Amino acid sequence: MNVEHWGLAVAFVVLGPLLGALLAGLDRRLTARMQSRQGPPLLQPIYDVLKLFEKDTVVVTELQTLYLWGFLFFMVISGFILFLGSDLLLSLFALTVSGIFLCLAAYSTNSPYSNIGSSRELLLMMAYEPMLIIVALGFFLVADSFRVSDIVAGSPWQVVQLFGILLGFLFILTIKLRKSPFDLSSSHHGHQELVKGITTDLSGSDLALVEIGHWYENTILLGWLYLFFAPWGVALALPIALVLFFAEVLVDNTHARLKWATTLKATWVVTGLFGVTNLMLLPLIT
Amino acid sequence: MPLIALLIGFPLLAGLAILFAPTHARRADLVRWSVYGLGGATLALALSYFRMEPQFFALGEGVAGALDSAFLLGGIALSVYLLFACRRIKGREWYIPLLILAQTGLMLFAELAPEHPEVARQFYVDSFSILMALIVGLVGGLICLHAIRYMQDYQAHDLEVTDRRPAFFFMLFVFLGAMFGIVFSNHLPWLFFFWEVTTLCSFWLISYSGTDEAIRNGFRALGLNLIGGVAFAGAIVWLTHGPGLHTWELDQLIAAGSTLALIPAVLIAIAGLTKSAQLPFSSWLLGAMVAPTPVSALLHSSTMVKAGVFLLVKLSPVFHDTYAGLLLSLVGGVTFLVTSLAAVSQRNAKRVLAYSTIANLGLIVMCAGVGTATTIWAAILLILFHAVAKALLFLSVGTTEHLIGSRDIEDMEGLVYRRPVLAAMMLVGILGMFLAPFGMLLSKYTCFQAFLTMDVMPGDGILLAAILAFGSAPTLFFWSKWMGKLVAMPRRPNPIEAAIPRDEAIALFTLTLITYVACALFPLADWMFVQPYTEFLTGAGLIPLTDDRIPWETIAMMTAMLGGIFLLPLIFWLRPPRFAVVSGYLSGANVDGSASYRGAMGAEREVESRGYYLTGFIQEDLLVRRGLIGAAILMTLMLWSVNP
Repeated sequence: MNVEHWGLAVAFVVLGPLLGALLAGLDRRLTARMQSRQGPPLLQPIYDVLKLFEKDTVVVTELQTLYLWGFLFFMVISGFILFLGSDLLLSLFALTVSGIFLCLAAYSTNSPYSNIGSSRELLLMMAYEPMLIIVALGFFLVADSFRVSDIVAGSPWQVVQLFGILLGFLFILTIKLRKSPFDLSSSHHGHQELVKGITTDLSGSDLALVEIGHWYENTILLGWLYLFFAPWGVALALPIALVLFFAEVLVDNTHARLKWATTLKATWVVTGLFGVTNLMLLPLIT
Repeated sequence: MPLIALLIGFPLLAGLAILFAPTHARRADLVRWSVYGLGGATLALALSYFRMEPQFFALGEGVAGALDSAFLLGGIALSVYLLFACRRIKGREWYIPLLILAQTGLMLFAELAPEHPEVARQFYVDSFSILMALIVGLVGGLICLHAIRYMQDYQAHDLEVTDRRPAFFFMLFVFLGAMFGIVFSNHLPWLFFFWEVTTLCSFWLISYSGTDEAIRNGFRALGLNLIGGVAFAGAIVWLTHGPGLHTWELDQLIAAGSTLALIPAVLIAIAGLTKSAQLPFSSWLLGAMVAPTPVSALLHSSTMVKAGVFLLVKLSPVFHDTYAGLLLSLVGGVTFLVTSLAAVSQRNAKRVLAYSTIANLGLIVMCAGVGTATTIWAAILLILFHAVAKALLFLSVGTTEHLIGSRDIEDMEGLVYRRPVLAAMMLVGILGMFLAPFGMLLSKYTCFQAFLTMDVMPGDGILLAAILAFGSAPTLFFWSKWMGKLVAMPRRPNPIEAAIPRDEAIALFTLTLITYVACALFPLADWMFVQPYTEFLTGAGLIPLTDDRIPWETIAMMTAMLGGIFLLPLIFWLRPPRFAVVSGYLSGANVDGSASYRGAMGAEREVESRGYYLTGFIQEDLLVRRGLIGAAILMTLMLWSVNP
């Protein structure tokens, strides 16, 4: 581990949310274009969050802010580990803990909408968790290490060896980004954008924390995607990762929402079919 | 050696004193003092053999002979008592007396053999057995302490149950003594005797309330554990009369390696699987939840069921790199996966805890079957964390039950606001079980690494790793869901007035503290108890030397995370944000806080929302039945794979 890695990790903490915000802004632009709308400016997510900080914050229980701090803290830790080039599996565990804290924040408000939102969020976590672990295991088998720096320096063929796992990862990426058909936990209520699944009872600076957390998450997920192509070098790997990332927007706009049972079954079947099979076949592909 | 004798003998004497104590108050005092004495003795033992290589003790010939006869007679008396208890069996339980006879017959056949193996060293102490002794002595002691008041409430609550408390505490202490016997015996037939004593205690304590359900469940536990007993006795017969290895010493058995020791090891493994309630034998542990909560905490989560995995971990060098070991791991894996899923569908807190206990034991069995230095390391840490965190959870559920009159998770809604201290202890237990950076997480981490580097047949490690990945997901779901209920803001003020009784409070606080310390100072626990043991095994050439230690930066990151969990609440407490508090969103005008709202047509509507139990998706019966068949097939294959 050297200065470069530390620099990258610190850069993530400072600039990660900005990149994530840009990704979110681009996402909204693309979505709008697909729906033949003009769409908001690229920096709209940042304007939104700045405005949220100006607003009054109302809470159901003061503890909900504490859980949101936990959410943000573990999100940052997860990304920090990833960009430091350290342990991928550990980064994944931190990401999971972070997700659980977000659910706790919503559970603590105890309104029926938050309740359903967080239960669904947990269901989705249960659905995608095995695949995420299998991604880490796949990298371990190819690079012989859970360390991100070893994976980045790995064989240029790793994306071929891990092709099934890449497909599985793209599948669950749709869930992680809360895109249709798997956006169960952020389904809107009524006809207003404000009341939305897990964030129903979060407002003002609390809601801003959640948004910032999601920006970090965008960057982390882009980082995971990048890892598959990383041995090819930044010039090639980053554009590919970005294209795949935004392919999710297309999926989002062309699919209707599924029910939770279908989501869970489909995800686990895909995990088994692409992920586990890929792991099993790995010794033959090397 | 005197300390070991003290630890085995003292609980028995204390139990007798308690049995004949004249008054309730006197008995409670005796229990308290015995618990403190036992805790002190265990600590003394831990200090005097601190980080030592395994020590073996040989008894004088006279003493050994006397003990031999005593245990032989004790074994027969035990069988006679069990046969006598069988007068209450019903039609489908006919197999129980047969199993008792089979087991006793096998034991007599081995012990009365004209030329049976001589045992030179009857007892031993190593750092793993010290860790087990600490769990039995400290955690077990605290549970007995908790039981004093719990049983008083229990009897006051349920007047139909005959008050047999003197015998109840006698049984608890006899059980503790037998557990010490199990962790220190190097003499297999003696170990088997202690093993059977725990089966007897479990049977008696499950049937305590005397209802038909309790008695049936007691017999089920007895029957399934006797299957293990017969297998264990079979192993001893094999070691006496069979070809090859002739020894009654545990360390010789382990040292003999997989070529010589695999057959008896597999037979003992079956006993371990029954004791640890693995599929296909798991049903007895669910039934055992009818027993009073301290019994569930003591026997059925933190100590007795650990005896099974204790033996499996001990024998783990024998299983290393064999098909039998792989199949054993798969039995554990199937159990882990199936029971984790089944736990999602449970509302009854004790059943959730029971399923999660079986699941965790499954994880330990998976580790034991692989048998490398890292998996043994992970297994021992799992045993430690599970024992303390689960005892804490069981006891806090017990206390909660007496305070709110229910053990339904839905009724625990808002406990953080209604009973902050109790809820905090329960949360520490849950965090220690699956979230705390040093508990399960670390063990899972090493498991993944160890599974992927094992090499019995192609794809074996991947299969185990995939099972672990799929089984972890539901774990996350049901624990988080439970935490969500605890942290929920109650819709109506619903405080609990009654105070936590003193004995219960002492037990709960101490266990919370132990859980915290075990998590925070985990590297210390590792250095004190686990490393000396694995280093001895690698040094003796019993397990291969592998270089897959966890790197320091991983540990540093985990420390940062743990620090965050400590510091965030502290910062929050010092500088709480001041926001306006309102009631939750109900999609209408809130009438009574967030408890009801003005709906369509101006009618007032109550708010109801419940957790997700996925009962349509996870059909408990079907799931468990399939798991049972799967595990039974795997176990048969395991037996078949060692076919001489």
